[in-house]
Amino acid sequence: MSVDKFNILESAFVPLPVENVDTDQIIPARFLKATVREGFGEKLFMDWRYDEDEKEKDDFVLNNKKYSGSILVAGRNFGSGSSREHAAWAIYDYGFKVVVSSFFADIFKNNALNNGLLPVQVSPGFLEDLFMENSKDAGCMLRIDLPEQEITILKNGRKEKFDINHYKKECLLNGYDDIDYLLSMKEKILEFEKKL
Amino acid sequence: MIAKTLFDKIWDSHVVSSIPEGPDVLYIDRHLIHEVTSPQAFTGIENRGLKVFRPEKTIATADHNIPTKDQHLPIKDSLSRLQVEKLTDNCKKHGIDLYGLGHPKNGIVHVIGPELGITQPGMTMVCGDSHTSTHGAFGSIAFGIGTSEVEMVMASQCILQPKPKKMRINIDGTLGKGLSSKDIILYIISKISASGGTGFFIEFAGSTIRALSMEARMTICNMSIEMGARGGLIAPDDTTFNYVKGREFSPKNADWDKAMKVWSKLKTDNDAKFDRELHYKAEDIVPMITYGTNPGMGIKITDKIPLSKSLPEGSRASFEKSLAYMGFEAGSSMIGKKVDYVFLGSCTNGRIEDIRAFAGIVKGKKKAEGITAWIVPGSKLVEKQAKEEGLEKILNDAGFELRQPGCSACLAMNDDKIPEGKYSVSTSNRNFEGRQGPGARTMLASPLTAAAAAITGKISDPSDFIN
Repeated sequence: MSVDKFNILESAFVPLPVENVDTDQIIPARFLKATVREGFGEKLFMDWRYDEDEKEKDDFVLNNKKYSGSILVAGRNFGSGSSREHAAWAIYDYGFKVVVSSFFADIFKNNALNNGLLPVQVSPGFLEDLFMENSKDAGCMLRIDLPEQEITILKNGRKEKFDINHYKKECLLNGYDDIDYLLSMKEKILEFEKKL
Repeated sequence: MIAKTLFDKIWDSHVVSSIPEGPDVLYIDRHLIHEVTSPQAFTGIENRGLKVFRPEKTIATADHNIPTKDQHLPIKDSLSRLQVEKLTDNCKKHGIDLYGLGHPKNGIVHVIGPELGITQPGMTMVCGDSHTSTHGAFGSIAFGIGTSEVEMVMASQCILQPKPKKMRINIDGTLGKGLSSKDIILYIISKISASGGTGFFIEFAGSTIRALSMEARMTICNMSIEMGARGGLIAPDDTTFNYVKGREFSPKNADWDKAMKVWSKLKTDNDAKFDRELHYKAEDIVPMITYGTNPGMGIKITDKIPLSKSLPEGSRASFEKSLAYMGFEAGSSMIGKKVDYVFLGSCTNGRIEDIRAFAGIVKGKKKAEGITAWIVPGSKLVEKQAKEEGLEKILNDAGFELRQPGCSACLAMNDDKIPEGKYSVSTSNRNFEGRQGPGARTMLASPLTAAAAAITGKISDPSDFIN
């Protein structure tokens, strides 16, 4: 499966100012019974989005019409817990292309990158600014520039650089796939196995 | 020669190639798979016209989805049944050994790996499950991966992985009464937080660790992911070698001697540098319990829940959200809080020593009224041993029932769900919202603390029940 290319994105964002959002919240375990990758978006944040009668909870950001856009901005330590890639699939399938936080859990970060979902780590101060700007104007626009590795609040021009592994950046910019790369290494792998 | 950590030694010897400014291509010695995170990976390689590259290095089990009662009957939940059947089909198609449902050695992937001698010192191991870190107890590099990475390993027996930073956590001294390794790890996570280990691979060291059994060490490495770490490992020693020796897949005869020559060198060099190093004293560790919705929210069982104002301002809203979910008040005592459910099991605490510890406390006593208890062995072999040792009888006499193995209420993918709003003392690894069922309220603790709750019906200090 190749990933979708990513270059520059300008979009409003959905604020989720909660810390330690774990993958059980992103996609509860009871929805992991599928054998395909598709369709997880409708279960994204299921227990925060819906009550037990499957009615939308008004107070949850995804149900609030004033928020829109393909960027999710969340509190620190996003994606902790289970390694389930279904979490990245669900976020992407729902329509987000970028998740911004001041800190990501490792496995989630890898899973996101492997699915064309860009994790953007910003400083705690920048994250606070994002939440504050959004509280003043829910339509507040961001620009995510992958080639420049830069996130900008368009209204006031405040920007910050973000880190991404050079190899993964190339993969996202070009839609490359890790497995194609690994398959191209077959000779070296066979050579390595001889030493075992 | 540059002094190296144990982690460096194993990692470096498995690097097939390094991508400049990118990840390493890391060779994987053992790939464990289960029904939940593998189907999409099988589809992925099949869509490329590939077969599993090294099926003989791949081991499968069905554990996450399976019922813990009436395992001889077809699985009632049709989606779970399909997933388990899909695994069986995929394993057959690709020539992978499957310890599936009904197999006499079926069990939780992180219980059967060590039990069958598949897990060995110096190996690299991965599985599409974050608690793969468990296997690090044997001095191996073991970590959880996502399904795209499962697909990578199926296709090439390798994974692209940036090398993590290194941390060493030293614990020295003698553990007190009523304590187990679960308390050690809950204590450490409460100190460094649920994200304090992110970006690191952790070596656990010190006299307290050395004195632990293999099963107790597995509990510690298992929960290294709960502080965000990529994994945890412990240098192998005689305890390790004695455990591994004679198991089904462990090396035999001349192969054993050859392996021992390599394994006995698996330790961190004296001058090796870690990116971060922490020290704790065993004497400071006490029975622990969690009160919130991440594993870092743990306190001494006899303590009171912290006050919101004791936290940094930015963290207060999340803290209060967490307490509201749990229905707890800041400043209240944990001791005496009502408990509805007790769960003993999981890849964290579902081994024979855990069942022994639980049985040791409930022996000759009765399950408290109003408590529902699920005692779930980690594998068929653990179940068998619990019966043979007479532990099942002790449990039955006290009003408990030994169920059949599986992941069970740890993640509640099967029918073992804690009902909404109910309180559970659980020996598993995560107290996230809804982890044990929608609306379930989980308090993580040791098997001893779980046993004390099961016979009193409330949070109780296990040291009161130990002579």
